Amino acid sequence: MSALQELVAMRIRTFIREPEALFWTFGFPILLAIGLGLAFREETEPTPVPVAIEIGTAAEHYLDALSAAPEVEPILLDRAAAEQALRTGEIPLVLAGTGSVLFRYDPARPESRQARLLTDFAIQRAAGGTRPVEIAEDPERLPGGRYIDWLIPGLIGLNLMSTGMWGIGFGIVHMRQKKQLKRLIATPMRRTDFLLAQILARLAFLLFEVPPIILFAWLVFKVEISGSLLALLVVIMVGAFTFAGLGLLASSRARTVEGASGINNLVMLPMFVLSGVFFSASRFPDAMQPIINVLPLTALNDALRAVYNEGLPIGALSGELAILAVWTVLSFGLALKFYRWQ
Amino acid sequence: MTEHRPAGDGVAIRCRGLHKRFGNTIAVDSVDLDVARGECFGLLGSNGAGKTTTIEILEGLQEPDAGEVEILGLRWDRDESELRPRLGIQLQETELPERLTVEETLRLFRSVYPTGPRVDQLVDYVELGEKRSDQVRVLSGGQRQRLSLACALVGDPDILFLDEPTTGLDPQSRRHIWDLCRDFRTRGGTILMSTHFMDEAERLADRLAIMDHGSVLVAGTTRELIASLGGDHVVEFNSTLELGSDELGHLPAVTRVDNAGAHQRLATREPHRTIPALYRLIDRRQGELTALNTHHATLDDVFLSLTGRQLRDD
Ligand SMILES: Nc1ncnc2c1ncn2[C@@H]1O[C@H](COP(=O)(O)OP(=O)(O)OP(=O)(O)O)[C@@H](O)[C@H]1O
Ligand SMILES: [Mg+2]
Repeated sequence: MSALQELVAMRIRTFIREPEALFWTFGFPILLAIGLGLAFREETEPTPVPVAIEIGTAAEHYLDALSAAPEVEPILLDRAAAEQALRTGEIPLVLAGTGSVLFRYDPARPESRQARLLTDFAIQRAAGGTRPVEIAEDPERLPGGRYIDWLIPGLIGLNLMSTGMWGIGFGIVHMRQKKQLKRLIATPMRRTDFLLAQILARLAFLLFEVPPIILFAWLVFKVEISGSLLALLVVIMVGAFTFAGLGLLASSRARTVEGASGINNLVMLPMFVLSGVFFSASRFPDAMQPIINVLPLTALNDALRAVYNEGLPIGALSGELAILAVWTVLSFGLALKFYRWQ
Repeated sequence: MTEHRPAGDGVAIRCRGLHKRFGNTIAVDSVDLDVARGECFGLLGSNGAGKTTTIEILEGLQEPDAGEVEILGLRWDRDESELRPRLGIQLQETELPERLTVEETLRLFRSVYPTGPRVDQLVDYVELGEKRSDQVRVLSGGQRQRLSLACALVGDPDILFLDEPTTGLDPQSRRHIWDLCRDFRTRGGTILMSTHFMDEAERLADRLAIMDHGSVLVAGTTRELIASLGGDHVVEFNSTLELGSDELGHLPAVTRVDNAGAHQRLATREPHRTIPALYRLIDRRQGELTALNTHHATLDDVFLSLTGRQLRDD
């Protein structure tokens, strides 16, 4: 075998013979998907919203009507208990009032506003009120629009980032710390072969990292890929290259595994929060958007979702792919320049 | 800086005026070395003497602050790609990947050299045949050291650099490594090795240099170094007297006096003349001889007389 092949084989062998590393790479994303899937599982029956009725107020008249309504679940509380429950967020809405009903709630909280509308609707309906405009309802939700559909591409992106950075960084810094790198550069080994081998081994691991998540999401949560598999493959490969490059750069100087961990966390944590893995990046202020948009994980997640959820072709992703390409070239160049071999 | 002349065909390693400092520590101080092709050259010195730093500069793994290095007539700054494949290197702390097997490790190293023996032959040669499919992490110290030597031999090198090849090994494992070194020599190879051990230096090295505090104190064959003491024999004694160096130096055939408190050492050409005279001296001064010991001079005695310290305590 050629030196490059031997170096790739070394990387793969040393990795798969570490059981802990195997778990973190292959088991962790699936566990995460299961956990989040459970937390955000699709409810067949919407759960009724709890609302408090203050004892001895006008609202008490509507106890029966509200108990019969499917949308809300009234609870009788005295004034102090009701105040307390509202303050702690246990209950989004308190019904009180003398003569007519009074709604007490915090308009800044979306669940309070929702509870207010549902309660109002239930009381009016029980009182036989007619709606000026009649509206029909179709509560069937389309697949592809659920949270889990949105989440899975983000998890794939997150996984590409963390396995890329940890996979490359850990292996290399370990070799440096143990003076294995020094031993290798005392041979005629070409240094570019060594770095290239790390990246090629990374791509080989992708085969085992990503398909299980995709398959799991499809089998358990019916998450489907609306775009082409080829487009998805291209985006995943580009993303893997980008984070392999960043991993090389982040580990190019660190002498110890602890040092490398610190740097990796420093690089990954902001993206973990900002790049729209668990919630949309658009929640951050407008002023931050230009920065968030050029982060590699944001670009990767956007591209993954465009293929996964929206079914867009590769041609429509040139912006995201360009951002990733720039990061890749930049980090490889800098890593080669600054590499510490001993 | 000395003028640079390309080394002739007979020179394997040559350096002039090597200097290297780390902060306030001068690790290597004006070191000149010449090692001929086919020779085994030993660097002998205690902890921190500068052996590893010197060797790693010669191996092209560290940059000297000043000085010139020429290996096989080639230089690191110009000829690295030509030079690397011709050297076999064993670092002082070689850590090979723990989870590769013996055979996989050697295949990896073999793949980066243009020529060299077959991996299965090499495994047998260093007698790791039974361990060929075992991972490095389960090997014993001696087995690891033989594997690391095999990694140094994998490219069929002209020069072998061995940094303390037998430190920490039991006697049998040490002899095993020595045999492999001798075999490499008989096939025309050159060895530069460092060691803490006198016996290793005496057995393997044709010539050696004694290093201390970054400098080479003396270099030559074992015979030459011992001859530099002026006598082949050493007389060590303790007495109840405080005898001065002058007094002892005038005893017949004594060439050198080393005082270490109550313990005295004399180098002598003729112990049969020195010892009776020593008895008479002590007798005359009404003292008492509490211990007396005489032996052929060794490198230990050379080291002690040069540095005032024993090379190794163990
Ligand atoms: N990278 C370094 N940074 C700082 N000091 C160093 C470094 N390498 C060596 N030294 C110092 O230089 C001196 C010579 O070290 P060197 O390793 O060459 O000695 P040695 O003869 O090989 O010792 P030993 O027998 O313990 O291996 C020591 O004082 C050591 O502490
Ligand atoms: Mg050393």
